Amino acid sequence: MAIPDQREEVFARIREALREPAPHRHADHAADASAPAAADGPPPDADAFRAWLPAVGPTLEEQIALFAQNAAQLKADFRAVASPDEAGRVLATLARENNWKRVATHRHAPVSDLAEKLGLPCLFTDAGYATADLESCDAAITGCDALVAQTGSVLVSGRSAGGRALSVLPPHHVVIAGRSQVVPDLAAALRLARQRYAPDWPSFLSFITGPSRTGDIERILVLGAHGPKQLTILLVG
Amino acid sequence: MLTFAQDFTRAAARVTADLRHRGLIQRALKSYEVKRDEFKGRYQNWGEARQAASEIKWEAINHLDRYLAEFIAKLEARGTRVHVAGTGEQARDYIVQVAKENQVRTIIKSKSMTAEEVDLNEALEHAGCIVFESDLGEYIVQLRHEKPYHLVFPAMHLTRDEISDLFHRELGSEPTNSPEELTMIARRVMRQNYCRADMGISGANFAVAETGMISITENEGNARLTTSLPKIHVAILGIEKVVPHLEDLALFLPMLATAGAGQPLTCYNSLLGGPRQPDEVDGPEQFHVVLLDNRRTELLADAEQRDALHCIRCGACLNVCPIFKNVGGHSYGTTYQGPIGSVITPHLRGLQNWKHLSSASSLCGACTEACPVGIDLHHHLLQNRRNAVKGKPSWWEKIAYAGFVFVMRRPFLYLASGKLGSIFFPLHKLVRGGPLDPLQGWTRTREFPAPAKESFQVYWKKKKREAGHGDS
Repeated sequence: MAIPDQREEVFARIREALREPAPHRHADHAADASAPAAADGPPPDADAFRAWLPAVGPTLEEQIALFAQNAAQLKADFRAVASPDEAGRVLATLARENNWKRVATHRHAPVSDLAEKLGLPCLFTDAGYATADLESCDAAITGCDALVAQTGSVLVSGRSAGGRALSVLPPHHVVIAGRSQVVPDLAAALRLARQRYAPDWPSFLSFITGPSRTGDIERILVLGAHGPKQLTILLVG
Repeated sequence: MLTFAQDFTRAAARVTADLRHRGLIQRALKSYEVKRDEFKGRYQNWGEARQAASEIKWEAINHLDRYLAEFIAKLEARGTRVHVAGTGEQARDYIVQVAKENQVRTIIKSKSMTAEEVDLNEALEHAGCIVFESDLGEYIVQLRHEKPYHLVFPAMHLTRDEISDLFHRELGSEPTNSPEELTMIARRVMRQNYCRADMGISGANFAVAETGMISITENEGNARLTTSLPKIHVAILGIEKVVPHLEDLALFLPMLATAGAGQPLTCYNSLLGGPRQPDEVDGPEQFHVVLLDNRRTELLADAEQRDALHCIRCGACLNVCPIFKNVGGHSYGTTYQGPIGSVITPHLRGLQNWKHLSSASSLCGACTEACPVGIDLHHHLLQNRRNAVKGKPSWWEKIAYAGFVFVMRRPFLYLASGKLGSIFFPLHKLVRGGPLDPLQGWTRTREFPAPAKESFQVYWKKKKREAGHGDS
């Protein structure tokens, strides 16, 4: 038995409801109610948001510094490294310190090279994987689409980070990013994603802002609720 | 059976007198306030951002037919199955049917107030499925067979000791008073559930019309796992969640986090635009989006209160409401608590049964001030009061006001009633606060002001007489 879709009824109700126009469109309740309502111009766009949201410096150096500051506050581990070789050394140290036995990654230069150089068993998600296998990995090493200075976020997509689960299931997520991937704010990151993907969007995009967290018990911050307990971001170059 | 109003009054009276509860809520909300103010302070202009957010939602809601049609068309073009449900029952039936057709046994669920609104878990359990809430707070209240206390912080009314006892009883874990250890217990339980669940159910915070994507905001990563691992993903959302453009999220995501949880941005903000695509390595084979009306169109038809559909469910109005802080989230008896719940519940469930919530307000306006999309909350409460009286005037109020008008129009009666007040007031002392007191609703917990020794009229006449003597 099929459950009937109520599309036509609901749309008819919406159109009927909207026949009476809403009285005003502004949040500013202090404004004189007798003043004429503002013209129905187009709503503001993302370029306008910049003037109101938290400030971001214009230069790349300022943006990287802001990203580092935000990452520290979010308890993410952010490191700028000079070269892929140095990134490899940092990864090797992380593997030793955290006693990684197996890592997961995806085919994506330079991410997969760095992962393979660790000399540990390596799960690639590109050709599909068993959930239990991925769950047993100690760390995931992925690429990304952008680093957002304003919020300390990493933008990933199904294509840039080896699928949906790779960047959330293992307990330690390591992001490899280049300096050219740093963008000032969310609007710039979304625009970049649009340029790269539209209209053939990946089915998954996510802004990752620090390691997984919860405050559900007495509003006390605990890291590693369901996703990674640790987030390391290596900025190469 | 008690009416909803009687239930509310009794629960509110009981919880308000519970000083331990009040202390717990005030402590939790104090830390939220400090963080919220810190991050709000980083905005170059919160007021302008709020104005813009309100305008974008105005545009979306006042052209809802156009944006919703675009959203549906874009989703369907990429293989998503969209179901428009007129009522909660239709939404439940559809999701139960999807579960049955796919022989679903175990369901993992990330937080959704819309699913709460339609009692989805009960329907799925009735159909033989096992449903696990994966959000930590939701999991805790699910284990307690309770409704969420707050639309963003479902378990904020519980202490770590109560949660430890609960986990010990239900999961057999060792007692602990460490929030971290308690979180890890839930993490271990839920890990197994993600891997074996046949279906994942989520809500959504925004529906992006232009690209046909839902946006989910969360801190824990449970929604990401819920929407990544099971082979079926069902998202349920109200039709009002639409925003026109992808870039609108550059404003809404930070504002939702700051207003709702005192964070600069929530940990995961994910966009989902379809099931697993041919070139993708993982993701669900089926993606269903259930769009729910459930009388939202009635609120839409009320042009005066239409902006209540701008709500992004951040919970900021609850966090600042003096009523919420005292009566607590469960007293409301509604899915959506606090000021926004008091405004929309009479529209969603019937004005006459829920009109008492319009009085669950001091009309201080803190809610309106806190709302990041500028909903005129406290005026809407007044409008609901007016509409309730218009729809069904109470006979005793009619008589009382007719009497009042009669007295006020006749100065001698007005004077006489003042005198009567002074005569009866000393007698009132005998019954004050007791069951025989006609004013007991007020006097049980408050002082009743004593009438002045002489009325202003008497005082003024005397004053003029004295002044007249002075002149001559």
